[in-house]
Amino acid sequence: MSAALQEVAEGFSARFRKLAPRLPGSAEARQRAASAFRARGFPDTRDEAFRFTNLRPLADVSFAEPDGADEAALALLARVPANEGPRLVFANGRFRAERSRLPEGFHVASFADEPMLDGAVADESAPLTVLNTMLAEDGAVISVPEGVDAGTLVLVSLGAGEAGRAVDFHPRHRVILAAGARLALIEIALGEGVYLHNPVMEATLGVESRLLHVKLQNESTRAFHLSSLHVGLDARATYEGFSLVSGARLARSEIHADIEGAGAMLAMNVAQLLDGERHADITAVIRHLAPGGSSRQAVKNVLTGRAQGVFQGKIAVDRVAQKTDGYQMNQALLLSDEAQVNSKPELEIFADDVKCSHGATVGALDPEQLFYLRSRGVPGREARAILVRAFLAEMIETIPHEWGRSVLENAVDSWWKDRPV
Amino acid sequence: MPAVAETIETVSAVTEGGYKWGFETEIETELAPKGLSEETIRLISARKEEPEWLLAWRLKAFAAWQTMTEPHWARVAHPPIDYQDIHYYAAPRKKTPKSLAEVDPELLRTYEKLGIPLSERAALAGVEGGQVAVDAVFDSVSVATTFRETLAKAGVIFCPISEAVREHPELVRRYLGSVVPAGDNFFAALNSAVFTDGSFVFVPRGVRCPMELSTYFRINARSTGQFERTLIIAEDNAYVSYLEGCTAPMRDENQLHAAVVELVALNEAEIKYSTVQNWYPGDAEGRGGIYNFVTKRGACRGRRSKISWTQVETGSAITWKYPSCILQGEGSHGAFYSVAVTNNHQQADTGTKMIHIGANTSSTIVSKGISAGRSNNTYRGLVRIMPKAANARNFTQCDSLLIGDKCGAHTVPYIESRNATARVEHEATTSKIAEDQLFYCRSRGLSEEDSVNLIVNGFCREVFKELPMEFAVEAQKLLAVSLEGSVG
Repeated sequence: MSAALQEVAEGFSARFRKLAPRLPGSAEARQRAASAFRARGFPDTRDEAFRFTNLRPLADVSFAEPDGADEAALALLARVPANEGPRLVFANGRFRAERSRLPEGFHVASFADEPMLDGAVADESAPLTVLNTMLAEDGAVISVPEGVDAGTLVLVSLGAGEAGRAVDFHPRHRVILAAGARLALIEIALGEGVYLHNPVMEATLGVESRLLHVKLQNESTRAFHLSSLHVGLDARATYEGFSLVSGARLARSEIHADIEGAGAMLAMNVAQLLDGERHADITAVIRHLAPGGSSRQAVKNVLTGRAQGVFQGKIAVDRVAQKTDGYQMNQALLLSDEAQVNSKPELEIFADDVKCSHGATVGALDPEQLFYLRSRGVPGREARAILVRAFLAEMIETIPHEWGRSVLENAVDSWWKDRPV
Repeated sequence: MPAVAETIETVSAVTEGGYKWGFETEIETELAPKGLSEETIRLISARKEEPEWLLAWRLKAFAAWQTMTEPHWARVAHPPIDYQDIHYYAAPRKKTPKSLAEVDPELLRTYEKLGIPLSERAALAGVEGGQVAVDAVFDSVSVATTFRETLAKAGVIFCPISEAVREHPELVRRYLGSVVPAGDNFFAALNSAVFTDGSFVFVPRGVRCPMELSTYFRINARSTGQFERTLIIAEDNAYVSYLEGCTAPMRDENQLHAAVVELVALNEAEIKYSTVQNWYPGDAEGRGGIYNFVTKRGACRGRRSKISWTQVETGSAITWKYPSCILQGEGSHGAFYSVAVTNNHQQADTGTKMIHIGANTSSTIVSKGISAGRSNNTYRGLVRIMPKAANARNFTQCDSLLIGDKCGAHTVPYIESRNATARVEHEATTSKIAEDQLFYCRSRGLSEEDSVNLIVNGFCREVFKELPMEFAVEAQKLLAVSLEGSVG
């Protein structure tokens, strides 16, 4: 770890010492996380898991805890696509009940009121989660009872900070679906200026439950987004995730999924649109710990300018997880000479009766396809837009939620409008 | 070879069983005292009557090695290696013979048992007009080289590297360490400090090497690590095919092997490097066996040059090996074809690196991993496209086959692209032997073991077809022996 980054880590540790008495939840879990963080700090590129992503830019900014004056962040609510249903609003990491609409028929609370720090608290392999466990003050606790179809819930996270007064917040979200429960969770993160958003979501999916998770990460292009999702799936549960990453200066989205019950199914679709000097990393570790599970990962990177896209995906199949079907597809489209993509699709297999495969492709737009469109009178810029949209369509069009789909579609459109590609 | 004959061969190889090449030749060997120090290096250098510059180079490598730590990123586990408990020099006592007649008959018998066609008379029966030159490395000193004259007529230099140091110092000095620098990695640095022998090949401009060149390595004296150094240079428009084959006697102790192979291909030159590695893998309980930590790298320096690595890895307790290509010349091509078989407690972490530097460079990777017993088999590969490598192209295919539910198969590819015009494709699959294929073979009267062998051979065909014919046959037999006892 560089000296500068060490300083940032020490700042967070000092913050913990100051806040510890008032932090909600198990003091013991907090202490464990704090000592793990103190021992290890931020990972650097010598850590295999962070080989392609250097957190060094965090040291360019000096962070402070949000002072409660979140009006600038709240004002951004106007940018969130309108919808009618229940909605939870967080501004700089703090739950704002007055701007939220609580659902009926299932339980929602704030983490500050009902802290739960059970899951992967001091897991060494997830240092960002460790940091969150140390500092989390708020978040959403969502619990859907057995057999209830909870419909759609929107989770909005707004961030705002200025270069001189950058804030950092570490929301802790918890989703619990009892047996047979269903939920469509639409997560939207956006912001303005400089800040660090380090959310952790822990989701526990009961037998035959189903979580549809659509996420738009459209943070400020000067902000940092380091997020971790930990999902545990019981027998025949389904997790279906779709996310679009189009914001943040430095983004790392970790997905840790454990298939713990037989016949569970996980699908993860991610697209990253990056330009300028931005860096975004998708790291997924799917562990098959029970027989008959299936997992599908599809990750697409569209890169222009001097952007860097990273995909690290691992399918790990335990000895007991016979009849596992694992698939991983990673595609990257490089639209400029200086963009860069790094990918590491990994299989770790200890069971013999399995079907696991991965594929990866990296390339530019096909000149023949471009020529086809141009020869039919489509201007170059539009032709490129059509081809990029087609590249992403595969993922977005399959979202089985109309509003969620339109949120991502509109985000792709406006991203494209703003960039001279 | 017709399929029927092939099957019979395979089956008979299976029934013979065990590690059939586990015998030890009794020849007096001269050992340097155990341990590694500047003195050991000076001793090796003195024994080999080396020039001052080479000694200086070795000492520099040794200094670098002392500052390095053993790498632990590979998926292999072994007890710590005591580098001071190894003899770094062993040589047959007798002087290097001038002809075959002078070679120790005991040694010749060993080679005969291994089926190495050392003499012209034995030159691969049945291969019409086929001649294979063997530079047999017996422990550390090359004891015989055949076909020197034919090669000399063509202008090809093929000799032990220690001889090349004496007779072609300008070539050795120019190319040695130019692909794998002395301080490249822990094991390469160790090799650079203490290498005792290996082969040197130089194919001059415009020459197509008239025969396949072949070196058989054997590890013989107890506790002598082998530190081979091979250097192959193909000048403009030259072509050479080089075969490396390994068998080792059975023994209890783990043995360290850290070889370095460097290839240099200039304009439009082509080097084919084929390996069948069948060192002692340890017994069924995982005792003993060779530790094989090898650095192999080829530099495609010239335009449209080609380097291809083909390997069949069935032996060794631990394999740590990544034959790589640095594709520098415009339009150069690198290829890696690999079959890695692990059984019992074997561990293999192998793959390749393709570094695309020049424009229009291309590379192909085909890797087949087979795990059985309690073994672990990892493919670890890197494809890197540098910013100037316009229109670079890579295709990678890694397939793994699992036999039994106590083994592991892992795939760890790294793909890094910094050029928009480059195209990189990667595919990997992991599965077990299909029930329907097995049923088909069984219903035609093949035993389960033979059926598995047949199917596994088919799985590896894409790689075997890249091997020279006589090697392909040996490879198929090895596969059968290696997988023995893994089914049923």
